[in-house]
Amino acid sequence: MNGQQSSAELLKKPLPANVSKIGWGLILFGTVCCVLGFMMDVRLASFVQLMNFLFLTSIGIGALFLVALEYIAGAVWSVPIRRVNEFLASLIPIAALMAVPLFFHLHELYQWVNAGTVSQDVVLKMKEPYLNVNFFTIRFVVVFGMWTLFFYLFTHNSLRQDIDKNRNHTKFNIGLAAAYMPIFAVGLTIVAIDWAMSLEPHWYSTIYGVYYFAGTVLAGVSTATYITVKLHEHGFFPRLRRDHFYSLGTLMFVFVNFWAYIAFSQFLLIWYANLPEETTWFIARWKNGWEYISVLLIVVHFAVPYFMLLSQDSKMDLKRLKFISIWILFAHLLDLYWLVMPSYSVSPVFSWMEIGFPLLSVGLVIVIFVWKMKRQNLIPVGDPKLQRGLEFRL
Amino acid sequence: MQQPLYSITALFDTPDEIIHAAEATSTSGYSVYDVHTPYPVHGMDHAMHLKTSKIGYFAFAFGLLGALSAVSFISWVTLSDYPLVIGGKPFWSWPAFVPVSFELTVLLASVLSTLAMIVLYFKFPNNAHPLHDTHYMKCVSSDKFGLSIQAEDPKFDEKKVREFIASIGGKEITPVFIDPEESTHGQKLFDLKFIGVLVVVALTVSVATYITLNKLLYMQPFNWMMLQNKLKAQQSSVLFKDGIGMRQPVEGTVARGFMPYPFKGKPEEAGKYLMNPLLPTKEVLEQGKSRYLTFCSPCHGNFARGDSRLQGQFPNPPTLHSDKVRNWPDGRIYHVITEGQNAMPSYAPQISSEDRWAIINYLRVLQRAQNVKESDLK
Repeated sequence: MNGQQSSAELLKKPLPANVSKIGWGLILFGTVCCVLGFMMDVRLASFVQLMNFLFLTSIGIGALFLVALEYIAGAVWSVPIRRVNEFLASLIPIAALMAVPLFFHLHELYQWVNAGTVSQDVVLKMKEPYLNVNFFTIRFVVVFGMWTLFFYLFTHNSLRQDIDKNRNHTKFNIGLAAAYMPIFAVGLTIVAIDWAMSLEPHWYSTIYGVYYFAGTVLAGVSTATYITVKLHEHGFFPRLRRDHFYSLGTLMFVFVNFWAYIAFSQFLLIWYANLPEETTWFIARWKNGWEYISVLLIVVHFAVPYFMLLSQDSKMDLKRLKFISIWILFAHLLDLYWLVMPSYSVSPVFSWMEIGFPLLSVGLVIVIFVWKMKRQNLIPVGDPKLQRGLEFRL
Repeated sequence: MQQPLYSITALFDTPDEIIHAAEATSTSGYSVYDVHTPYPVHGMDHAMHLKTSKIGYFAFAFGLLGALSAVSFISWVTLSDYPLVIGGKPFWSWPAFVPVSFELTVLLASVLSTLAMIVLYFKFPNNAHPLHDTHYMKCVSSDKFGLSIQAEDPKFDEKKVREFIASIGGKEITPVFIDPEESTHGQKLFDLKFIGVLVVVALTVSVATYITLNKLLYMQPFNWMMLQNKLKAQQSSVLFKDGIGMRQPVEGTVARGFMPYPFKGKPEEAGKYLMNPLLPTKEVLEQGKSRYLTFCSPCHGNFARGDSRLQGQFPNPPTLHSDKVRNWPDGRIYHVITEGQNAMPSYAPQISSEDRWAIINYLRVLQRAQNVKESDLK
């Protein structure tokens, strides 16, 4: 194989126009749903929008984690498909925009916003130095600002490398990844605690951030897997082998297990110690119909993907990978529903909003991805590890 | 004597060469051949057109076995063999079983599938192989990559194979022969002499290890607490004439609070002559209640109805509201606590004399509360 031909088939190609149309359609539909939702029932719409915001954050931040992980671990196999993750990571600032409507309705979501409640409540009073609207907003801005900054630096270097083929960009990005990891971890914990855990401000779990982390990486990997497989089927990644898809499948399998491990760790410790201030959160999720959602979550988020991805062949089967990645995205949405909605009502409620709002996120993912693909190379042609990545064998 | 041919071997210098050699060998129709490399070479399975290993199914089955045996064993222990209430949780509390079951699943899946691999692929107990002790094996276990096309292959023809290997760039093309003596090593494993030697070696090593670790090399990490200049209970002594370390009380004296009990084996006399020295004041009843709940309630129940958790599992602990016990004088009950009765042991070491009387006062209150007289209701 000669270099000219191989770089020619790596260059950018436009996607079919109807993909973009579908994306815009979903955005339009989702936006109408959001507006209608906020007009009809502000409280319910706020909770669903919170879910939606966390969902989009998960995809973006999970994708950026995978980019950083590739640099820091010196991974070779994922180099040809790194751009998929880089494109998805550009959802981080968009996700921050999704949170803007929530800032107008914080009092619908959180008890600790209400000064009257806080003054009556000893625990909330003690937590006030952390849980107050000003500091909450500052944390939000700083965390999403840092993430966006790192996203910009990673992709900026990666794109410049396409042109000048300079190895130093990779070296610089490795250092950047090392610096990003703690920022990612702390930021993710802050987002998880601020937006989801503080819905029940009396309750706390030290593993909560890790729990959300497991979900975000799953969302990132499964979105990237779906897009990669879909693009491969339409001839965009002609030189990807089943070895690459096997690695993606393995990563999904790993984090399905990791999620179960963390979820169970959180449950086991609280169940064992049986302290009244800690068990409330699980008790709320184990009565009035929530127990069915809890069991469903275990089945959907762990049992089904676990057995579907267990065998070696299933991780290379493109059809199954497509199915399971969509399945896991849905499972992550269910996970967020399970985290957020028990604060809204004591028994589970379903409305059209839970379907309508996430469609906005799905549309955004599609449109942003198409928009990025038009402007940037789908394959990092300047990366020194690209050739080895393309020849990757198990 | 002409030894039978096992295979034609050849050496290659780089992993790339061996991958291409394997690819070429499998595409030109050879099926019984093997490749030897000093470390795993990525893509070899694919180049050799190997099917997916079946070991995965073994691992799954063994993992399932591990999970099931862990769950069933723990269930048996917690439900039937030794039920214990832990943290007020039900006997069968599945979340507590998960970590152990998980560990056993991983353990059995990994250990047993390794064993399965040794038996199925390495043909244990046959540990002889014609390639052992050859120059070829020395090379491929250090820095060369080897290809060995076996004579069993249906397409095998020595001359053609040599030509084929030379055409794909193999060096040091050497035939390997089967040593007929070596091929019988499998049977030698179950030789009586061999097993005898194994047993002797095992015993010698165990005894030598035991003696070395426990006698020769035995060291106390620190001994200033273990070796003190004092006598311990039950030790002999050279200081005293009788050679016994523990001393008897001086003749004609009694230790404080240890009055000898004069009615040993004489319950009726105890009932007749012993009087309760305590009045049923509030303090005494509180004291009696706390002692009763500590020492008596585990068997007799909180309200002396004999309805504790031991009910039905034990010689049934009796109720203390029977006419017999209610009509006993205080001294008679004191005797039972002091001496024990039937399955009940003596509680003299645990409960002081004063506490025993306080318990009896409290017991009288319980009996009265359970057997109300008509005059009480007025």
